[in-house]
Amino acid sequence: MSSTLRTEGLSKRFGDFHALDGVTMQLPRGARHAVIGPNGAGKTTLINLLTGTVRATAGEVYIGSERVTSLRPEQRVRRGLVRTFQINSLFPELTVLESVLLATCQRTGAALDAWRGLDARAQEFQAARATLRLLKLEGVADVRTRDLAYGEQRLLEIALALACRPRILLLDEPAAGVPRRESVALFEAIAGLPGDLTVLFIEHDMDLVFRFAQRITVLVGGAILTEGTPQEIAGDARVKQIYLGRAA
Amino acid sequence: MRVRGLWLEAAFWLVLAAGFVLWPSRLPLASQVLIAGLFALSYDLILGYAGILSLGHAAYFGVGAYSAGLLAAHGWGEPISGLIAAGLLAALAGLITSPLVVRGTDLTRLMITTGLGLLLFELANRLGAITGGVDGLQGVEVQPLFGALRFDIYGRTAYGYVLAVVFVLFLAARRLVRSPFGLSLRGIRGNPARMRAIGCRVDLHLAAVYTFSAACAGVAGALLTQTTQFVGLDVLSFGRSAELLVMLIVGGAGLLYGGFIGAAVFMIAHHYLSSLDPVYWQFWLGAGLVLIVLVGRDGILGLGHRVLGVRRRRAGPAP
Repeated sequence: MSSTLRTEGLSKRFGDFHALDGVTMQLPRGARHAVIGPNGAGKTTLINLLTGTVRATAGEVYIGSERVTSLRPEQRVRRGLVRTFQINSLFPELTVLESVLLATCQRTGAALDAWRGLDARAQEFQAARATLRLLKLEGVADVRTRDLAYGEQRLLEIALALACRPRILLLDEPAAGVPRRESVALFEAIAGLPGDLTVLFIEHDMDLVFRFAQRITVLVGGAILTEGTPQEIAGDARVKQIYLGRAA
Repeated sequence: MRVRGLWLEAAFWLVLAAGFVLWPSRLPLASQVLIAGLFALSYDLILGYAGILSLGHAAYFGVGAYSAGLLAAHGWGEPISGLIAAGLLAALAGLITSPLVVRGTDLTRLMITTGLGLLLFELANRLGAITGGVDGLQGVEVQPLFGALRFDIYGRTAYGYVLAVVFVLFLAARRLVRSPFGLSLRGIRGNPARMRAIGCRVDLHLAAVYTFSAACAGVAGALLTQTTQFVGLDVLSFGRSAELLVMLIVGGAGLLYGGFIGAAVFMIAHHYLSSLDPVYWQFWLGAGLVLIVLVGRDGILGLGHRVLGVRRRRAGPAP
């Protein structure tokens, strides 16, 4: 199967510190791929390099067959690579509907229209409402983002990304700070995303990782320790020793 | 709520149109207030909607004012074409300088815009042979409007002309802020990093609104020149940029009408306080401004909205 997202020797150095060191990985279309590792393993750096927020010191990023390493974040978004943030990065003064509409308008190109009113954008409204329905947020469509419950804000994070119609969705600890019961519901929403969407997610909750990931990459000290199916990772002695803190 | 808002808007402009009857002896002051209101509206587009903090917006006001003045002083006294030319030149100045302004953070922008303002001020001062320097530009002769309506001493033609131009530009600004582009500006003001993460070309949006804002500021400057038939260096002064910021904060930023309310309060207070207390009037003006901002965090209009329970216009239900 051809990959939708591929990295070759992706590295990032901050002075003498190797935040990420020669990471090579590939994700096929429709993958549900988790990246795990202890704090400081380079997980968020990986996402920052994939999205272009941080420039790589070495290595390449490909979306399909296109090399996107030198593209700016917004150019990568237009090629279908979209992320969410570990700490909510929303629009507190906008309503939920306005926020998703905003992202939808970027995708359709309507965002550059300074003449027609928003009310005339029926297609964008429909798409935004469909995104809200997918994440069961339609009930809070007219609520201002800053007034939302935390769990709903995490869902809105994902809704903003989905409104961009990504081919590859990068979720940086989507359940961070969300109570256990809500985080399961959140991951069930993620599991229900379209099957052709490639999802790469970082998560600390191992139960969620082993329940929802098809493959797992373990990062330690900026480098890949191992990669495999949840069963392979669960049975890997090095993972148990280094990451889970237990002897094999 | 929207219907009530439309009625309030209609009432606002109808009162201004009735100015010929309501304040016939104050038309020159009313014209100045409208011009300041348009200038503040131009600033509201970049500060209130896009979050660009500037202390040099008088640069574009001055480019418009001097463009209209120089054209009129050199034989191109037809007001409407002169106004359009001045607006386009100010827009060009905005477009050229926008890459310097739209990047960076608030402090960087503050320094760059202040620098640009000072630079243009001293350039106009230095080029006295062209601009008239400290003496101001002489020989500005504006022809009658449509070849028939002279700019009379009572300011009637000027008021009608200014009101019409301000209204047209207000409508354009109103459309802009209520468009998807306007929503994007609000997104950029709130969270530019996230806007990039959803694929927005943030710099392009900011450059576009900055250019349009500069054009509006330039038209305001040109209106001042054409209605007073004079241009002085003060059109480019730092003080004018600082007053602009005060007007907008007092009126309420990001509310479209805040600039007009702030300009009216500031200029009318300036006018009356300076006649009541010619020496210490700035003391009372300062005290009043502090009080207004302390009582109403979002300016007079924001306070009014809170009292009346009005919320900012939002994207409504799906059409």
